[in-house]
Amino acid sequence: MSEKFQETATVVSQKSIGAGIFDLTIQTKEIAAHAKAGQFVSVYSGDASKLLPRPISLCGIDREKKNLRLVYRVTGEGTGTEEFSKLKTGDTVRILGPLGNGFTVDPGKKAFLIGGGIGVPPMLQLAKQMKISGMEDFQVVMGYRDANTFLLEEFKEQAETFAATEDGSVGTKGNVLDAIRENHLKADVIYACGPTPMLRALKAYAAEQGIDCYISMEERMACGIGACLACVCKTTKMDEHSNVKNKRICKEGPVFDAKEVEL
Amino acid sequence: MNTSVNLCGVTLKNPVMTASGTFGSGAEYSEFVDLNKLGAVVTKGVANVPWEGNPTPRVAEVYGGMLNAVGLQNPGIELFCKRDIPFLKQYDTKIIVNVCGHSTEEYAAVVERLSDEPVDMLEINISCPNVKEGGIAFGQDPKAVEAITREMKKYAKQPVIMKLSPNVTDITEMARAAEAGGADALSLINTITGMKIDINRRCFVLANKTGGMSGPAVHPVAVRMVYQTAQAVKLPIIGMGGIMNAEDAIEMILAGATAVSVGTANFTDPSVTEKIVAGIEAYMEKYQVSDICELVGAVHER
Repeated sequence: MSEKFQETATVVSQKSIGAGIFDLTIQTKEIAAHAKAGQFVSVYSGDASKLLPRPISLCGIDREKKNLRLVYRVTGEGTGTEEFSKLKTGDTVRILGPLGNGFTVDPGKKAFLIGGGIGVPPMLQLAKQMKISGMEDFQVVMGYRDANTFLLEEFKEQAETFAATEDGSVGTKGNVLDAIRENHLKADVIYACGPTPMLRALKAYAAEQGIDCYISMEERMACGIGACLACVCKTTKMDEHSNVKNKRICKEGPVFDAKEVEL
Repeated sequence: MNTSVNLCGVTLKNPVMTASGTFGSGAEYSEFVDLNKLGAVVTKGVANVPWEGNPTPRVAEVYGGMLNAVGLQNPGIELFCKRDIPFLKQYDTKIIVNVCGHSTEEYAAVVERLSDEPVDMLEINISCPNVKEGGIAFGQDPKAVEAITREMKKYAKQPVIMKLSPNVTDITEMARAAEAGGADALSLINTITGMKIDINRRCFVLANKTGGMSGPAVHPVAVRMVYQTAQAVKLPIIGMGGIMNAEDAIEMILAGATAVSVGTANFTDPSVTEKIVAGIEAYMEKYQVSDICELVGAVHER
């Protein structure tokens, strides 16, 4: 388990990269140096009426510059994410991290990196990390609702990339599995982040294909560090810590072997 | 300057404790807080057997507060005794175990199991709004409060704190019932039952529909109830409900609390408990209070 740091980070830059999607780069003191793909940070609101931190995945980690890149969706008017979207260069924001386990990559296996919706961003850091480590045998499949895609060009710089959109405006019409089937893609392992229906479908697909599947899960969180038991998921086996069939997404997750969780 | 308080024979180095359910058994927060600096750690509720808790979503943020319906997920008393008590024993702080159950027998089993364990006090949760049997059902009827308190006292070797629900017409009636049943102390308030609806999807936000509300929005309610209870009974009171900082803690003490528990604020700042301890000391220095006990119930009319 990695060490966690409470910090006041400084905003390096922020821009909108799609409808309601923001791309924020912050400079940290320690967090970037200790973080890995698939982990997340808790971002605290400056508004005292908003008590709970917002868990946001890491889209990019720059150890040298100590920067973290957070790509997130503004969830509505007056929300914490809307507040974050207004942060400007030089502003500060309170964060805690790195949190969660992150992806552990199995070298030597041909991989799919799959993202859906706001599950797309963390897969970019994983793609970069895999490429740098020489694990270049992977393909990227990203699912979006419509033509408002984001980060797609950056994925193409890392690996062969396929897209699926619900309305068919970009790539395959349908979901990520439709894109896999349409393009006759095959892999030995899946790394994925996205909405629960997508993860459920990938778990079933992996079981049917007899391949490994690691999924990053999402749930409403409170503490973000494993104390409050808000963000649990159902597991197939008894969990050693909880002593029941529940694991903490913020602590044992967010990345799980699809075989060990019930979806 | 004396910051220590005496809670029915147990001396706490300061009045700051953690509110049950927000702090686990301290392991996760020990990365951010020096547990040696806290008056006591109050653990997450523990039952005689493991409980799975409620379905998710279990939490929702609301304006100035949050709702939770975790449903008392816990690993059961055996693993708790094997793992969590030895962890807490490494620190120079008092250990208060929060006890939950579906029936008097289940509560009694936990209390009895803890009788030979190195824990300092027991907090009996008769006020959880998120479980169908037990919990709050015991906490809303004065006869039931008195009966379960008496039953707990039969089995307990440690002082017994009864944790009261604010979801009642008159909390002083429950406080007097607990006192009549032989309670050693009271803690209040547990969460206030609330609900949040997602208007876009037209569904309940929490899987449990209702949840317990906590956070700064409930603080004035808690201060009022602590004050009323302090007027009604002789028992020491542990005040809790939306304490976010030292000022809120001092307010609770002035209302009549001997000690305070900090809950939801841990989620907003994982090291808040230590800051509250320091803030209380700064307040005492500023107003030249030599003994914190001078502040307990010291509120007066304008």
